[in-house]
Amino acid sequence: MTNEEILRLSASELASVIREGSVSSEEAARAYIEAIKAEDGKYNSYVTVCDDAIEEAKRIDEGIRSGEIDSPLAGVPVAVKDNICTKGILTSCGSRMLSNFIPPYDATVVRKLKEAGMVILGKTNMDEFAMGSTTETSFYGPTVNPHGTGKVPGGSSGGSAACMAAGLAPLSLGSDTGGSIRQPASFCGVTGLKPTYGTVSRYGLVAFASSLDQIGPIGKNAEDCALLFNIISGVDDRDQSSTESDKVDLDKIKNFDVSGKKIGIPEEYFGEGIDEDVRARVSEAVRFFEERGATVEKFKMPIIDYAIPTYYIIACAEACSNLSRYDGVKYGFRPEGVDNLMDLYIRSRSEGFGMEVKRRIMLGNFVLSSGYYDAYYNKALQAKALIKKAFDEAFEKYDVVMGPVAPTTALNMGESLSDPLKMYLGDICTVLINIVGLPAISIPCGNDSNNMPVGLQIIGRHYDEETILGFAASYQRG
Amino acid sequence: MTDYEMVIGLEVHCELSTESKIFCSCSTKFGGAPNTHVCEVCSGMPGTLPTLNRQVVEYAVKAGLALNCEITRKNKFDRKNYFYPDLPKAYQISQLYFPICRNGHVDIKTENGTKSIGIHEIHMEEDAGKLVHDPLSGKTMVDFNRCGVPLIEIVSEPDFRSADEVIKYLEKLRDTLQYLGVSDCKMQEGSMRADVNLSVRPRGQKEFGTRTEMKNIASLKAIARAIDYEYERQVDAIEAGEKIVQETRRWDDEKEYTYAMRSKEDAQDYKYFPDPDLMPIEISEEYIRQIREALPELADAKRDRYVNELGLPEYDADIITGSTTLVKVFETSCSITGAPKDCSNWVMTDLLKLCNDNHISPEDITFRHESLGEIIKMVNDGKINRKTGRDVFAKVFTDNVDPAKYVEENGLAQVSDLSAIEPVIREVLANNEKAVSEYLAGSEKNFQFLTGQSMRSLKGKADPQAVRATLQKLLDEMR
Repeated sequence: MTNEEILRLSASELASVIREGSVSSEEAARAYIEAIKAEDGKYNSYVTVCDDAIEEAKRIDEGIRSGEIDSPLAGVPVAVKDNICTKGILTSCGSRMLSNFIPPYDATVVRKLKEAGMVILGKTNMDEFAMGSTTETSFYGPTVNPHGTGKVPGGSSGGSAACMAAGLAPLSLGSDTGGSIRQPASFCGVTGLKPTYGTVSRYGLVAFASSLDQIGPIGKNAEDCALLFNIISGVDDRDQSSTESDKVDLDKIKNFDVSGKKIGIPEEYFGEGIDEDVRARVSEAVRFFEERGATVEKFKMPIIDYAIPTYYIIACAEACSNLSRYDGVKYGFRPEGVDNLMDLYIRSRSEGFGMEVKRRIMLGNFVLSSGYYDAYYNKALQAKALIKKAFDEAFEKYDVVMGPVAPTTALNMGESLSDPLKMYLGDICTVLINIVGLPAISIPCGNDSNNMPVGLQIIGRHYDEETILGFAASYQRG
Repeated sequence: MTDYEMVIGLEVHCELSTESKIFCSCSTKFGGAPNTHVCEVCSGMPGTLPTLNRQVVEYAVKAGLALNCEITRKNKFDRKNYFYPDLPKAYQISQLYFPICRNGHVDIKTENGTKSIGIHEIHMEEDAGKLVHDPLSGKTMVDFNRCGVPLIEIVSEPDFRSADEVIKYLEKLRDTLQYLGVSDCKMQEGSMRADVNLSVRPRGQKEFGTRTEMKNIASLKAIARAIDYEYERQVDAIEAGEKIVQETRRWDDEKEYTYAMRSKEDAQDYKYFPDPDLMPIEISEEYIRQIREALPELADAKRDRYVNELGLPEYDADIITGSTTLVKVFETSCSITGAPKDCSNWVMTDLLKLCNDNHISPEDITFRHESLGEIIKMVNDGKINRKTGRDVFAKVFTDNVDPAKYVEENGLAQVSDLSAIEPVIREVLANNEKAVSEYLAGSEKNFQFLTGQSMRSLKGKADPQAVRATLQKLLDEMR
């Protein structure tokens, strides 16, 4: 097989040719590493490329031959977002603060990838500490959307989505705190799954907002995402918020029948601010399911008005605490010539963090400070309970809830950096899902008039990844 | 001049003696080389998460039950956020909103009888590391070994009115936690640390005065001195028309004074919020019942039993129950000999004297605990005499020898066989004709002299009673 042919394969196809022996893991890794070296200059989707991936692939080939490694994705390369710790490999979080941080340990998901015989190609670019929706806030420069020069890839997992769109990885891992897998998947025209909170261990994921963060797969299609989800999911002793969940049944996804299923559409998802093309493409996708026997019903979810403030209060509160450890004392960036402890703190954090991170740290400190805690943080927790209740009620009636992933397609580069509030409002369709911890998938459903991809979001019940993956797969089968 | 009353509340931190830390599996051992008991979790590496050590909950519940507390059924951990180099995550995982124990009390004995000191709450938290200043390089280093060692903080009500009450309370806490085996409470190693909140008010006034806090005072004696000093300082200030400032003060034990460290205005906002990485811990009725049933007999109950059932003097019972090691040695001896009074005498005189002579505390003895009981039994059975027993014990104390073996190997067994004693005494009488004739003429005191001579000839190994009886018999025969 030529390199071009290898790069065109989906992850499950690549796994099966490796299993059959017509392509080796080494050849696959080499094809991707060469492609990244040749092409990624245009996109900047990788922060680090793992040159020893080819050597690692050779070892995996031996393991596959000897029968030692036997997993559905054995030998398949994978790209990992740069906020997931990889032993001995830079894990920068897109920040100057961690621009020298080489973790001494592997995240649980990385250990699982290795045990499944997958080859890590490199670490992908991201918004600094996963804070942003454009991958423009990275210390390593912005990532470019392969679908359109001058367009952002979305964020914060912009690198993991862009490398998929550019054909520079067959699968990748992202993380999703308020839409950071789904929105870049939507902007880049690939499939991204945010699993139920707790199904994938967070151990080794550099924390942004602990109660919202969730690692998930980005792939060429729903089936690939399901395969990777099965590898990374499972309860972990090292993450007390992790839970045991059933593996997804691939046969059920492949043969999923939408007829008789009930789809709920929150009217608010199509309210003001939504792009006409986005509305049209998402509506067409919903009609696809209707034509195949699903029933569709619109319903009201007025609590959506509170989604953005609730999300930003909880996320920033947790973030300001999680990011306090970057103080210049133990690891990470430390400026030269500091005079005393206070100087070390102030200069490390002033020079090590970028603007968006500082903005959120300040917001978080404000909402947690004495006298404001009840007015903000406690109120946000109350709103969270109401949002959960709204979804519980919706799922009494519907099997899935659908809507757009974002109100618009990919923005122009530089557009939202000057207007953070506008960027925050773009998260309206995704943040709710993290607040409640539900699973949701983003799949491409056509393009807008500028030929930029539009994403359909399918939201499921807790631990019901199978149903949303089934809907996605049936749409992708056509 | 107004008569001022002091009002004190205490916050006591005790390190729990679990094998591993509260949120990772690193060792809690004291005194390792810097940063050798450290992993990615307790050093706060990016991406790491805490995993709760369940034994910490068990120890905290034990302490709470022994201190008469209510146990909180649904526990949560909160983050206390502040920057300091010895705190690698820049937040301490602690409990603010739902502490594990509440509303307890400790009864102490004071000059005016028993007094109940209220326990406001006990919460679980992690310890921080240590900063080490290197005078050679002028640099400050961080040692994370202590990071994540589990602590309980026991917060009292402001119920103390004298330094003496504070000391009695601290001794009682220490005894209780040691009996439970949940903490070794060594102030000199920092495994028990007390913060003293003190204010004064005119006697009879209901409102509290403004308080100051003295942190981390290193010994009971220093605490007593610091309290007395701070009381005088506050009274003098008020009398001079000054206002007491709410502040943290440090006690300098060498110069014997306190000085201000930081005032309330600089007080930090810790921005507490529930730690999203740790799930709530549910404590069941059944769990509490099991722990309650397995609680060991505590110092008070033990002391009462020693006095009322074993017949020990109160003083002896107090001393012995004041040390878990003395209790172990004493109870082991009792079960070997069945003679509690004798055992308490040996502990109170011989054991404590040996500790004193060797400059060690009873906690640091190294001999096998059964040894003392075995010696007492040999003495009571007449196998060796009291003096030999004392010598053997001294050897046991320093070298941990086996008493029975040592007695045999050194031929120290007591001669109580009359057929062995009689010829020796006959010889003594033959060699002391003058003393014998004086005795027979009525000089009673010569009997003592002849007894001593006989014991000496028997090299001290003879049973003194048997010697006296034989001597009497032989002298009577000569009348």
